[in-house]
Amino acid sequence: MYLEDTQDAGGRVLALHGRWCAAAAPALAAAVDGAAAGGAVALDGRALEALDLTGAYFVRRLELRLAAAGPAASWRGARPEALEFAGPLVEPPAAAAPAAAHSAVAPLGTLGRYTVRQGRAVHDALEFLGRVYLVAGAAFTAPRRFRLPSIVRHVYESGIQAIPIVALVAFLISVIVAYIGAQELRQYGGEVYVVDLVTLSVLRELGVLLTAILVAGRSGSAFAAEIGVMRLNDEVDALRAMGLNAVEVLVLPRVIALMIVLPLLTVIADAMGLAGGAVLSWIALDIPFTRYLHRMQEAIAATTFWAGLLKAPVFGFVIALVGTYRGILVRQSSRELGRMTTVAVVESIFLVLLVDAIFAVAYWELDF
Amino acid sequence: MAATEAAAVVEVRGLASRFGEQVVHEGLDLTVRRGEVFGIVGGSGTGKSVLLRTILGLRRPQAGQVLLDGRDITRLRGAELRAAKRGYGVAFQGGALFSALTVADNVALPIREAHRLPEDVVAGLAALKIRLVGLPAEAGAKFPAELSGGMVKRAALARALALDPPLLFLDEPTSGLDPIAASAFDELVLYLQRSLSLTVVMVTHDLDTIYRTCNRVGVIVDRRLVTDTLERIAGNPHPWIQAYFHGPRGRAAGRS
Repeated sequence: MYLEDTQDAGGRVLALHGRWCAAAAPALAAAVDGAAAGGAVALDGRALEALDLTGAYFVRRLELRLAAAGPAASWRGARPEALEFAGPLVEPPAAAAPAAAHSAVAPLGTLGRYTVRQGRAVHDALEFLGRVYLVAGAAFTAPRRFRLPSIVRHVYESGIQAIPIVALVAFLISVIVAYIGAQELRQYGGEVYVVDLVTLSVLRELGVLLTAILVAGRSGSAFAAEIGVMRLNDEVDALRAMGLNAVEVLVLPRVIALMIVLPLLTVIADAMGLAGGAVLSWIALDIPFTRYLHRMQEAIAATTFWAGLLKAPVFGFVIALVGTYRGILVRQSSRELGRMTTVAVVESIFLVLLVDAIFAVAYWELDF
Repeated sequence: MAATEAAAVVEVRGLASRFGEQVVHEGLDLTVRRGEVFGIVGGSGTGKSVLLRTILGLRRPQAGQVLLDGRDITRLRGAELRAAKRGYGVAFQGGALFSALTVADNVALPIREAHRLPEDVVAGLAALKIRLVGLPAEAGAKFPAELSGGMVKRAALARALALDPPLLFLDEPTSGLDPIAASAFDELVLYLQRSLSLTVVMVTHDLDTIYRTCNRVGVIVDRRLVTDTLERIAGNPHPWIQAYFHGPRGRAAGRS
């Protein structure tokens, strides 16, 4: 019982009892906000055992509450000393800010601001792309600027270490494709066309696409997070202050590394995918391995393998560019870092699919 | 201030800290009494931060006791440990403000975690603490990255005081501040210490801060803590202590 509502000869008195301290905050809040306001009231702090800043806040809150409803409360005995210190620090609760005026133009303003912001984002991204081209062009005149050790490190981390997962996923996906194909084609007695299905889809699309998506998830996010933390630590500014070009040191090696790595991983994914198809054809359809190989050679044209592989460096370029760009955009807070890492992955996967679609149309037109 | 008779708030007995082969503390003792401002100094690598982290219960020592209000924080677990940690506030060196939250939310976070309170009460308490440390009211809506170094230190102090702890730890409170901001921060700490009857333990290198604020000083030398009043510690014959208090910077700070 922190607040006692009593009457004495002088009228209504609210007596403060016990320890008004931070530990009792919820009870104090309930007592203060529950006290009936209105009319002349006196406060009595003589029974207080302790009063810290949190307690003083609640006493002041009570004073303000009473003053808002009637005449300011007087004190029986002295006003607690802590209140002289803390009282001025407590402001009366601000009147609710007037709601922003609604008008028919407001949505237009929002749309306009959004458009300008998006326009600026596109402009910045293009500027970044341009800077990467300039730095890459300059590096051809002075090959030392390609920073071979850095490229090797990223080839190892993004490529060599990704081999097991890429191989496994490619194998499983082609088994799934072959299995579903076998179920359907068996109805028409065309089991052997499973080989065509697996071979074409793996070599042209699935191998390179799955690899790109896995690399975007593994390395695109890593690039964004690495560079983002460097930005938060002012490491990027330190590089610039040494007269180094941040794009040359941080972006170019990663871009080159992914452009090297993705085609190599794609070859592995293709091989594992074909192996998966072969294994399923043998187990589920009784197509022996030699027949599978023979059928495969009939199914594919000379260009099928290259049609898939050609896309790999482009995907690598897109993934590395988006990851590093989003990392460089990190500013100020840890939340921003998380957001930009997410955006890097989502955007790079989206762009990979978009580029893939453009390739598909181009191949169609070129009859490739 | 005759603090020697007051009760011990922090008591470290026979503390040993080791990292593999490297021995940082061996038989270190420390007593901080109620109402004191106690400064811990020591050369780089002598384990000031390790000592602070051990006292805070963030790290378990290899041997020894750390008593906060008589309870050994190195042996507490679960709810007891959490209760003991609510008994102190810490302002970390870089502020350690949560960068994703505004200053007001940073200060409100410990209050929200400790109690179920109406939002306007939480906001009011946070605003009180923000004004208490001398920040303008509009600083509450800002993010840590938008603050100057001095404001970050003040905001960290406001967060440390959010639950009105009787014991306050400061890690390098004035590092990275210009001399004017640093001395303003010293005055703020003194003012709060007197107004709120705080016990303050600070790890610092700043001789001006030590001379201005501390009642007693502990110097980490040879893996132990040499503790004395400010006036007498400067007379200690240990070479590091001599070099520290009577080097060019020490003399300048002592004169003022």
